[in-house]
This record gives sequence, C-alpha cells and structure tokens, in this order.
Amino acid sequence: MMTLTLEGDLHVVVTRRFAASPETVYRAHTEAALIRPWMLGPDGWTMTICEPAAAPGDKIHFAWSDGHGNGFSLTGESLVMEPFHRLVHVERMHLPAPTPDNHVETNFAPDGTGTLMTMRMTLPDAATRQAMLATGMEHGMEASYVRLETVL
Amino acid sequence: MASGLSTTFAALSDPTRRAILSRLASGEATVMELAQPFSMSQPAISRHLKVLEQAGLILRRIDGSKRPCRLAPAAIAETEQWLAQLRRILEANYSRLDLLLAATPSKEPS
Repeated sequence: MMTLTLEGDLHVVVTRRFAASPETVYRAHTEAALIRPWMLGPDGWTMTICEPAAAPGDKIHFAWSDGHGNGFSLTGESLVMEPFHRLVHVERMHLPAPTPDNHVETNFAPDGTGTLMTMRMTLPDAATRQAMLATGMEHGMEASYVRLETVL
Repeated sequence: MASGLSTTFAALSDPTRRAILSRLASGEATVMELAQPFSMSQPAISRHLKVLEQAGLILRRIDGSKRPCRLAPAAIAETEQWLAQLRRILEANYSRLDLLLAATPSKEPS
C-alpha cells in the first residue's frame, strides 16, 4: 500500500493511498487538531507542541514526548501551501543539535474516490543518519522511530 | 553495547567528524585529502580519524606511507536501516491516519 524508494543518492519518495478526498487528507497534514491524533510515532508518545503553518512563510514547530523525560523537536518553515493539492516546506530536527535542512514536497492527487499522496524529501547526510540511529538505539529504538517520523 | 553506542554518539557529536564521514560516504580518502576542506592541520585531522576509527565508523588500510580511510560497513548499512525505520514509522502513522479519515465525515462540496 505504501511505497518508499530512493531517487538518486539524495531523495526519498514515499507514496500512499488514502480513502478520503484530497481536501480531507491535506487538512490532516495542515491543521493542528487533525495532526495531533496521528503524527506520533510509537504508541505512548504524544505531541507536546503542534504548531503547523497556516500560510506560506509561517514557521512550523512540533515537539514530542514519551512522558518519561525523552523528547525532541522539529522546526521548519512553510514555502508553498496550495490547498488542497501541494505543500512544500523545509524542516530540521533537534537531537538536540540541529540536523541539516530537509526539503519536503508533498502532493495530494485525486485517485478514484480517494487520494494518492506523494512525498519527496531529502535524504539526511550519512553522519546525520548515523546520529539518528545511534541516539535512537540508546532509547531502545523507540525515540529513533519518532525522530524518523518527523521527516514528515 | 551501551558503551559502544555512547562511543559512537560521542564520535558523531563533533561537526568536523560528521563532515569527514559525509566526505567518506562518497569514497575512500587520504588524511591529506580530508584535511584540505577544513583549514586544519593533518595531525588535528588524524586525531579526529582516530576517534572515528575507535568508534568503529571508519576503517583504515596501509598503502605505502599512506593510510587511506573509508566508511566501515556498519556505517554504510545505516542507510538501509534508516530507510527501514522510516518505513515502519510512516506505516504506523498512516494506519492511524486511515482510522482518523474513516471517522471524519468528508465535507461535501457546497
């Protein structure tokens, strides 16, 4: 159902079909009340800060916690918001040192009665991937899953 | 294992060492080649390489008077690990999103 492929040396392309209209899926990626229930990573984690962009140029700020003192955050800036079919933003994770900027473009296309989402992101450099894996493993991989999830 | 990971993380905490690893991701290099972009002495680079070698992130071989460095296999396999983790986390998130979408009545165009 989901595909995840490397494009060249620098990009990761993810596709996923959803049984809802592009408008509904777009809103689930842009409205705080709709983001909070799903953009979580492993069970037990919660979003402690959920401030998506409302318009191009706005800042993005997300943070997660496992309730046991483990947490991390993501900041970014929205570049393009074209309701209800295209989003472009840059983001970085704070591990706590910031990772290099990740450029993410997400498209929402009608697909029958549903939506085909295509997300194209920049692959973190080799050292960043290592750091993400290494820090994650120190917390039994869970924190890493959540960190990786923030590539969204 | 925990101490090994701490060593890895300590090795990765330095921006110069992270830049060295990124450079080695595109292929083997000598100390001289690595020192060039950093305006740093070769002994200083060698100290960084020693930390990376002890953390198991790079391997060095002997080639006459040179000791070229390359990424250790574990550091290369990390791309696949990273993609596998990314896939797992996205699948978990999107499964939750499926449930949310199923519970959200679609807005009819007015």
